[in-house]
Amino acid sequence: MSEVKGTGRVKRGMAEMLKGGVIMDVVNAEQAKIAEDAGAVAVMALERVPADIRAQGGVARMSDPDMIEKIQAAVSIPVMAKARIGHFVEAQVLQSLGVDYIDESEVLTPADYENHIDKWDFTVPFVCGATNLGEALRRINEGAAMIRSKGEAGTGDVSNAMQHMRKIGGEIRRLSSMREDELYVAAKELQAPYELVKEIAQTGKLPVVLFTAGGIATPADAALMMSMGADGVFIGSGIFKSGNPAQRAAACVKATTFWNDAKVVADASRGLGEAMVGINVADLPAPHRLADRGW
Amino acid sequence: MKVGVLALQGDVREHVSALIACGIDPIQVRRVNELAEVDALVLPGGESTTIVQLAQIFGLFEPIKNRIASGMPVYGSCAGMILLADTILDAKEGQKTFGGLDITVRRNAFGRQVDSFESDITFADGSTDLIKAVFIRAPWVEKIGANVQVLASVDSHPVAVRSQKLLATSFHPELTGDHRIHRYFIEEVAKPALEKVK
Repeated sequence: MSEVKGTGRVKRGMAEMLKGGVIMDVVNAEQAKIAEDAGAVAVMALERVPADIRAQGGVARMSDPDMIEKIQAAVSIPVMAKARIGHFVEAQVLQSLGVDYIDESEVLTPADYENHIDKWDFTVPFVCGATNLGEALRRINEGAAMIRSKGEAGTGDVSNAMQHMRKIGGEIRRLSSMREDELYVAAKELQAPYELVKEIAQTGKLPVVLFTAGGIATPADAALMMSMGADGVFIGSGIFKSGNPAQRAAACVKATTFWNDAKVVADASRGLGEAMVGINVADLPAPHRLADRGW
Repeated sequence: MKVGVLALQGDVREHVSALIACGIDPIQVRRVNELAEVDALVLPGGESTTIVQLAQIFGLFEPIKNRIASGMPVYGSCAGMILLADTILDAKEGQKTFGGLDITVRRNAFGRQVDSFESDITFADGSTDLIKAVFIRAPWVEKIGANVQVLASVDSHPVAVRSQKLLATSFHPELTGDHRIHRYFIEEVAKPALEKVK
């Protein structure tokens, strides 16, 4: 009986277990406990939520290992952490800490403006952001075991996440409707490997779990993303930048499960207090848009 | 026979596909009226803390617990095993389970995700063929009661157990496309249990 760790099935399977759930950004053990109590399927441990990274500026990096370990000790659910795009040493550090998933994230300042991390080299699975199908397939080709829409993190404006989900879904539907002899050019246009393009044309879906992220701040936002075909939702700044985090977190969990029942979403939306203030993506100068990071 | 899959969170879709492959037309159970329609239930993989939380909020916790206590056949994989266990270790403070299966289960016993693995193991359903078992932050069984039978083990830790009407595995047969465990649940656990009732 031989045991094999870190196989594709084990990495992608881990994401399957998160489906229908909400993954919440937390900056300390106390917030992690609130998230777990509210029914989060996992937490993302980071030093500053995207809204603060945006407000404070500077270079955003991997979190302090001490802080990640405190969160790991505080909760029984999976703990994820972010590495900078292309920063494979940060990823090695996070793997050595035993984090359950690494987010190679555009929210942090990229370490490499050409290459992403070769994720096949790792036992720990990776999630990566994408704004369109070609980007998603390039990340999967590099070994990502889970994809999330990028949205525009730290804004509370759901419009970019919506745009990315529509784009990814639309491009998958387009491939499904193509003749087989058209897929070569489709692969060229998507700048994605032909084998993955062909697989998607046949199955009509990504070979990994697709979550959504970036700007989700309310139960209705979460339900909207689920109805666009997301398998689950990341909520970053939306929870702990709001008036009543515990209640809002639980409300988003409910709305994610019952996304197709407007009555449940309505009940979940009642009396939550102030949502995060938010920034319109259109008001952000282009150099400050995080979704454009990644190639 | 109507079989439900508890569809609050987790890899519901994979269990639905596995049951369809066994000739079952499964019902996704999110509400009490849907629970009332089914003769047997599958508890999927996922986060046990989240599933219990949602079951409590949406009034499914007591009804499921009562149905199990009154003899509904249930199969649980991974989180589903935790939910069926009478006693759990390394749990979130105050974490409840539906219970019914006289076992003590340790959560995340095989370690974190970096320790997750797959392995070919034997399963005591009469066949000597190995079965591909995928373990993801998996629990194991630490103690079993008198009426519980061990069907598979890894390094002497039980990873598949059954009582008369309840089956639990700490691995995920729904991820492999091999439907042997689901077929075993339908043919060897659920059908005999339901025929006795008739």
